[in-house]
Parts: sequence; structure tokens; C-alpha cells
Amino acid sequence: MKSTARLALDTAVQRGATYADARGVQVRNRSLTTKNGRVGHASESESVGMGVRVLASGAWGFAATADLSKESVEATAARAVEIAKASARVKREDVRLAAERAAVADWTTPYKIDPFTTSVEHNLEHLLKIDAEMRAVKGVTLAETGMNFQREESWFLSSEGADIHQTKYSTGAGYTAYAFAGSEIQKRSFPNSFGGQWQNRGYEQIAELKLLENARRVAEEAVALHKAEQCPEGQLTIILDGSQLGLQIHESIGHPIELDRVLGMEANFAGTSFLTLEKLGKLRYGSEIVNVVADARQEHGPGLGTFAYDDEGVAAQSTPIITNGRFTGYLSSRETAHTIGATRSGGTLRAEGWNRLPIIRMTNISILPGEKPLTCEQLIADTDHGIYMETNKSWSIDDKRYNFQFGCEIGWEISNGKRVRMLKNPSYSGITTEFWNSMDAICSRDEWMLWGTPNCGKGQPQQVVGTGHGASPARFRGVKVGTAYKGS
Amino acid sequence: MLTKERAAEIFDRIRRFSAADEVEVSFTGSRFALTRFANNTIHQNVEEENSIASIRTNLGGKTARSSANKFDDESLKRAVAASENLAKVQAPDPDLLPMPTAEEATAAGKSARPTRFFEQTAAIAPGERAEVVGKIVAVADRHKLTTAGIYSSAESAEGIFNSRGLADWHAQTLAEVSITMLGEDSSGWQKLNSPDVRNLDAVLLAETAARKAVDSAHPREIAPGKYTVILEPAAVLDITGFMFWDFGGMAILDQRSFLNDRIGKKLFGENINIWDDGTHPLQAGSPFDGEGMQRRRMPLVENGVVKRVVYARGTAAKMKTSEYAGKVGPIEATGHGFPLPNEMGEMPMNIVFGAPENPQTVEQMIESTERGILVTRLWYIREVDPYEKILTGMTRDGTFLVENGKVQCGLRNFRFNESLISMLSNVEAMSVPLRASGEESFDMVVPAMKVKEFNFTEATKF
Repeated sequence: MKSTARLALDTAVQRGATYADARGVQVRNRSLTTKNGRVGHASESESVGMGVRVLASGAWGFAATADLSKESVEATAARAVEIAKASARVKREDVRLAAERAAVADWTTPYKIDPFTTSVEHNLEHLLKIDAEMRAVKGVTLAETGMNFQREESWFLSSEGADIHQTKYSTGAGYTAYAFAGSEIQKRSFPNSFGGQWQNRGYEQIAELKLLENARRVAEEAVALHKAEQCPEGQLTIILDGSQLGLQIHESIGHPIELDRVLGMEANFAGTSFLTLEKLGKLRYGSEIVNVVADARQEHGPGLGTFAYDDEGVAAQSTPIITNGRFTGYLSSRETAHTIGATRSGGTLRAEGWNRLPIIRMTNISILPGEKPLTCEQLIADTDHGIYMETNKSWSIDDKRYNFQFGCEIGWEISNGKRVRMLKNPSYSGITTEFWNSMDAICSRDEWMLWGTPNCGKGQPQQVVGTGHGASPARFRGVKVGTAYKGS
Repeated sequence: MLTKERAAEIFDRIRRFSAADEVEVSFTGSRFALTRFANNTIHQNVEEENSIASIRTNLGGKTARSSANKFDDESLKRAVAASENLAKVQAPDPDLLPMPTAEEATAAGKSARPTRFFEQTAAIAPGERAEVVGKIVAVADRHKLTTAGIYSSAESAEGIFNSRGLADWHAQTLAEVSITMLGEDSSGWQKLNSPDVRNLDAVLLAETAARKAVDSAHPREIAPGKYTVILEPAAVLDITGFMFWDFGGMAILDQRSFLNDRIGKKLFGENINIWDDGTHPLQAGSPFDGEGMQRRRMPLVENGVVKRVVYARGTAAKMKTSEYAGKVGPIEATGHGFPLPNEMGEMPMNIVFGAPENPQTVEQMIESTERGILVTRLWYIREVDPYEKILTGMTRDGTFLVENGKVQCGLRNFRFNESLISMLSNVEAMSVPLRASGEESFDMVVPAMKVKEFNFTEATKF
């Protein structure tokens, strides 16, 4: 693959590129699911190809091919240059890239067990046991489970001399119990909704998730929701579990800090951002205890946004995004760094595969845990009246990332420090900065988990990548609750 | 580009490499290019070519799938082995059917096949895309606006072959333009696609988006609440698209459909008629489903009554012996199945809304509105309640106050929480349906709609 990438670079430079990079990627996926006691699907896929990105006449061009023959790679590199020259016909100024030392590196996700070496039969059996455990609960009308593995090997070479080989593994698993009765469909998921919990790790994660151990409880909760009271409406105190807080971070911090959105580059599809450039270092984003970082380094944890180098060869970094409540950083790239006065990219350019152009993406956008020991149960005990909400059910936010509304699968009313009753259909809404400024407590490190969001879509053509979000349960005051069901 | 002849040759080799009882190969191939612009400049410009062979094997009542994008013998053998190994370890599925023969796939008649491949679209070059973007930017400059958007073109192929003799192929092209115009505190948007690029007028779309941005400048904020809304076609498709996942037999069997216990009952207004019709001249896509069954034109909703749902072969067989048989209308394979194996079953994805008896233009809807809100586009729509089909989302890129039959001003955007059942029961007027494209759902042939008592629950800051 390296010699093929070098051929692409040489061709691009000969054709007039002032900068070129070539990314060869080989991806293997395995997906296993069950539904109501049977295998839902068992499938694998392999995809290999190369994308060539060039600057010519001061503008970008990108071309990608699955055909890695000499003729095809040369033609693809030449096409990238031709496209760049066409781009230059509608430009205002030349693209400027922040300087970056050309890295030579080889890195692999730390893992104990290669998931592709594990027994398909054993994994299906594991999922079917979970499935049976859920369906043993009377009232469960649909049980679904899933397990997914990915191995992505990439080679990044640039005309500046970068030569980076990375191999990333990710593992995800989870399940959902549905209960349909009367005029309601209720559901409960574990460890998280929309596919479960995902991390850049090996198969060892599966055992740690304690999937089977929780299946009965989760299914019983799905059925019990039918007898629960509707979540009340009003300005209330809420406590969010870590997985829901992770998605709240994703939508109301992760996306608005993407510098390409801020600069209008995503205006037609994903949208822009309320975080205009003059707000950097000045905006009070949240309360004093809100501290958020964008951290792609392995030492932050095995998140879906963990790597050694991004897809333009910039080393993984940790960037303070919110520091003691103040807005302190964006997600940037070599092209955009200069717009915030930075001399170096923040290392967040990522692509879905070989056939996609890298764009600014979240890495691991995490809220730091509280420093004083505080468990979720202690936080509930410290709350006079409020609602504890768990596991996302729906999520929506406007295209500048101000107004959001989230629904959760389950809630519990808290009264005098105790969970007193289950509530169905909990939802809350608000304005991003008002919400984060209402946070008055966050649990400590032992409750902190690096959650994975495997399905973040952005870009045209759309690209789906995984992002990580470290979070522990946190409390918010005076939040608007229950509007989702108001009058509808 | 992958051709039918090349695919047939690859299929022959896969058959030789496979020891399975039956083998099916689904092919997809595409050459896709997209020029993206923002801040009145081209900032991303991409092209890719790829082909995939997706192999399904049936072995003793078990099935699995594996796909590859390299077609040398070694890669294909590896993919065949992966598919067989995934199938072997499963318990037999008593509901798994043999793969369809060519005769079974066309038993209900072969679908009409309107031309969806146009050389003019396939031949679009980077320079031509740049030239069109230049014209869009010129419109923005003339109105002192900033523009962002895309101009894409693609040729694609989709084919299916199985060891029982079924072989089918579909080739098409698609060109698409999407334009956002941004003012200081406002924006406007338009999007359109077609297999034939000659149906796209990028400058007209740019002018319309620009007018919306200019007319919605200095937006007012009004209190959320229930309003009469005029939803342009893109807004209608983006919100209604969320219900068609429930119009499949498997969704009923799984009890995850809002149509459970509601088929045959009047659910929407008398004026709502909906078909799935892949042969409609304004539709796109292949004439066969994931198993190669011919897609059939299906009436789904007649005068507000949900008449039936669509079926893959396996789902139809299962439904016939289920407790729901006799309660869900006609049960038969309709050519709407996803590639097997899957959990979702099927879905109608060539939706065509019926034309109203007395169609009104959007302008006529505005003229007849005392107080209401004109919506260009909806955004970030998600399901809040799956059975009452309550959806939430935002308005975006051109939201206007209508008073006394006239557009008065732009409005700050709203959040809605609205039941689709309620919305489609409150439609007061519709336009002639046309092909529309959004970002939240698949393309459809839909009308603009005037809807009473649409539920806005919050306003945002812009």
C-alpha cells in the first residue's frame, strides 16, 4: 500500500499539486444481531481503496478509487489535480495550511483480544441468551440484540514526508426490550440506546459490559413503564445519567465547537454554530464546574475518537474546550487553524473511509468528573425534588446548536433524596448555554465512563464516524421538562 | 463502471467458489462526484468510484452475507468463505425461504422501466460543475448574500443474480443541486435532484433561495403555539417520511408499528391518498427489491384509511400464518424487501402522494390564510412517541409570518412537537405533488400542504 501511495503522490506533484496526501484504507466489519430468539443477521464486509487529496492552484481536489492498479492510481491522482484546478475557478483566496512536522509512525489500538478471532457461534449464543432473558419477562413484545466489530488499517503518506500506519479496532454491543400494549410502545436499552456501548478496544470489552447480568432488569423496566406515571411538566431539577449526558455533550458542545461549522463551511447541511469567533475565551458557556476537553490521546481512554494521528497526519492532542465554565477552544484542522490565531492544527480531521475527504470531526469530547467523591446515589440523596433520567430515546437540536430537546427512555421522581416512583416519557429542552450554566453538581471519576456514539453524521457526501464522550451523572437546576408531549 | 456483463462474470466465479445450497450476489457500483461550496468559494470537490459484490449464501436453512469491493479470485473466495462460515454456525431458520426464481420474481408482472440513465448527467465534468457553482455565487453576490451548497452528479448500477436463475440489472444517473443563501440574520434554501440534469435549473433555485434569505431578514419572534402552517414540499416529505418505516409487514409482526390495530381504520383526513410507485415518472431507483422481486405499485392510504402495508417474500409468508392475518388487508410479496438477512423486513420508498381534487399553489394557500406560518424546510426531526407518531424538530432556512393573505416578515425558528396522525388529519389544502428532496427522509413525490393547528412548542434564538 505504501508504494501505491507514493505513486499517487508522485503523480499528483508531477501534475502540478503543491501539496498532496494519499490515504490507503482497508476496513473489515462484522455484525451479529438477534431478534426474538433467532439470528437477525450475521454479516461481514471488507472494503479497500485509496483517497488522494491535493492542493493545486491554491484549491482542493480529492479523488478516490478501489482499483489499486498502477494505471488506476495514476489516473486517480491526476483526476484529483484536475478537480483542484476546477475548484480554483471559484475561489476567493488560496488555501493556507498550518505547518506540521511530517510524522513517521506505526500505531495500533491497544487490545487484549482481536474480536475477529472470536467464535461467531459463541457470540451468537451469548446474544441469544440475552434475548431469551429479555423475552422471559411477560409483556416484552420485541427483543433485539447486537454485537459489532471493526478493524481499520490505514496508511497515510504526504508530499511533505509523513508516513503513518495505524490499525484501529472498535467493539460495540447492546440490546433493547420493547413492550407494546394498549396505545403505547415503551422500550429499555442497555448499556445505551442505538446499538449499545462502543469503544476502540478489543473483544475484552464484551465481558466487562455485563450484558447478560442486566437483561432481566432492563426488560422488566420496559414492561413496568406502561404502569408508570407520565413525567410531569415544569421548570424542574434534573439529574442525567452518564450516557445521556454524553449525548448532550455531543449535540450541544461537540458540534458547535467544530470550526468548519463556525466558518460557514457546513451551512448547507449540518448547519453553522452560535459559537462565533469573537466568543473564544470570553463566553461563559457553563457554570464554574463545567470543564470539557477534546482529547484524542490514548491516555484519555479507548474512545471512538481515540487515535495516534488524525487523517491529515497531525498527532492526537488534548484541547481545553470549556475551562471552569469559560469557552476556551475549537476543533480545528491545518486549513482552519489560522482563523483562530493558532499556529498548529488541533488534530481533528477525520474521514469515514478511503473514499471520503477528511473533515473536522469530534474526537473524544468529554466533561471532566467532579474532584470531590460523589456517586450517583449520593447525588440523588442530595436532591430534594427532581427527576433522574436515563438512556436517550430522542434527540434534536437546531442548526446553530442553541435550542435542544431530548427524550429519555425512563425517569424516576426524586423526593427528599429518594427515588419515589418511575416516570415514563421523560423529556427536557432548553438553550445550550443556559442549560450548561444551570449545572450545579457532577459525579466523580468512579462514575465516569467514556461512552461511544457510533453514528455521527456530517458532511456532503455524508460521512458517519464514531465519537467518544466521557461523562458522569450530573445535576441541572430549573430545566424545562415535559414540553415534548405538551398539546401534541 | 461496473457493467451487467462484468457482474455476470463475477457471479459465475462466485458460484464456482461456493459450496452452499444457494448463492445470491447483489452488486452496486457507482461513480460519484460532488462539488461543495461555502462562503462563495468551492472548498471541497470530490470524486470516487467503487463497486461492491455482496454475497448471500443459504446452507441448510441458514443464511448470512459477506461483501467485498475487490473481485480477484482470492478476495471473492475469502468473501464466500466468510458468508458460509457465518451461516454454518447458526440454527436453521424455519421461516427462511429458498431464493426466488426469475419466474417468481416477475409472477405479478414485470415492472415498467422508465429510462433513468441520461448520458448528459453521466458526462458532467469538474469544470462544468465549477461553472454552475460560479453562476450560483454570482446570484449570491448580486443579492449581497453568502452561499453554501453542493452540485453533485452520479452514475450508478444495481444488480442481483442468484443460483436459481434470477438476474436483473438497473442503471441510473442522478444530478443534485442544494443551495443555502445566508444573510446577516436570515437564510433561504432550495434543493432538487433528477436523473436528468436538464431538469435542474440551478440559477432559478439560487434566485428562490436568495429571495427567501432577503425576505426573512430581521426575523421577528412570536410566541410558540398552535398555528396554521403552509409546509413546502420538502418540509412535507421530511416529516411524513418518518412514518413509512411502519408501513411494512415486519413492523406489524414486531409490534413496533403505529399501524398495529389501525389498518383498515380511518387514521388521516379524507383527502389523504398515498401510493408506493417505483414506476412513477418523477420517481428514481431500481425496479426490484433486495431479493430481486419486482417492485409493485401499491395503494397504501385511500381517503385517509390505511389499506395495506408492503411485504418482502418471507414476511408475507409469516404474516399469512400469524394472528394478524385477516386484519391487515391483502398479504402478498410486493417487492419492497431489504436484502436478506435483515431485521427490518421491508419498507415503501417510492412514495407518491395523491393529487388533491382542487390543488392550490403555495401562493393561493398564502392568500387564503388569515394568520399562519410558511415553512420552507424542517430539520433534525426525531421520533418522540412511536405509537402516536409524535415527532420533534426545527424549522430552518426560511420561516415566515403570513397575515391577511400576505407574507409579512421572517420569523425566528420554531421547535415543533406534532403527531403525524393529527397533522395528516388537519390538511386543509394541497398543491399538485412534485418530486422533492430534503435531508431527513428519502425523496418523494409530495404536495405542499396547508395544515391547521400545527404544534410549535418553543422558539429558538435566530
